[in-house]
Amino acid sequence: MKKTVVLIGSLLILSAFLGVMALTLTFGAPKMTDMDDYFLRFGQEQTGTNNQCTSVTFDFRGFDTLGESTVLFCAVIGVSLIFRKMQAGEEYENE
Amino acid sequence: MSRIVRTGADFLYPAILIFGLYIVAHGHLTPGGGFQGGAVIATGGALVIVAYSYTEVSEWLSGKVLMGQEVIGLVGFIGVALLAFAFGQVFFFNYLNASGSLFGIPVPYGINAGELNTGGFVPLMNFSVGCEVWGGLTLVILYMLSGIRREES
Repeated sequence: MKKTVVLIGSLLILSAFLGVMALTLTFGAPKMTDMDDYFLRFGQEQTGTNNQCTSVTFDFRGFDTLGESTVLFCAVIGVSLIFRKMQAGEEYENE
Repeated sequence: MSRIVRTGADFLYPAILIFGLYIVAHGHLTPGGGFQGGAVIATGGALVIVAYSYTEVSEWLSGKVLMGQEVIGLVGFIGVALLAFAFGQVFFFNYLNASGSLFGIPVPYGINAGELNTGGFVPLMNFSVGCEVWGGLTLVILYMLSGIRREES
């Protein structure tokens, strides 16, 4: 009984939130388009790429991609740390 | 796995490899890029690792090779970006664009057919990121399968 009340209440709150967002926000008409216009106008000449997504991710915002690569590298390091080879006689602590 | 799965993996892996490398190489022209192409190639690696058992794969595929590939990708990415200092520019400046050398054909504004030899250092970035993602994701799958094998034994 209590679970259903909580479920219905949370669903109502979520639907009200989404409904207000859908009614008040204007889609397809952003307020600030200066950055987009600049990328679309000068992206081809300044980066030489026809694919504007790549021109943004690899050239205009290359630092973002550098951080992304570092995150992937750290993730792989973490996985290799978890699944490392155990030494002879070494055991997991909490087993 | 059975012989059918192994033969299917043998036939599919080159096709997946070529498709992924195509996505990486055409990252500056068509949708896709280094991350997406590297992920596609890593799925091919996952197919091979699952079709053959871990013990068989680990004989000819070492984790150190994949880790080295990943490190080469990341260091190459930073190195290509750092090379801009040699041209007297700031970090991450596209020094190869419209220079007439490698990947240096200038691109006009507007709709055009697209040329593979354009993009400045963006294709180099795509290649290094694709190399890194390829090695990294395959390494994650390899390590996780080694953990499963250890639990069973």
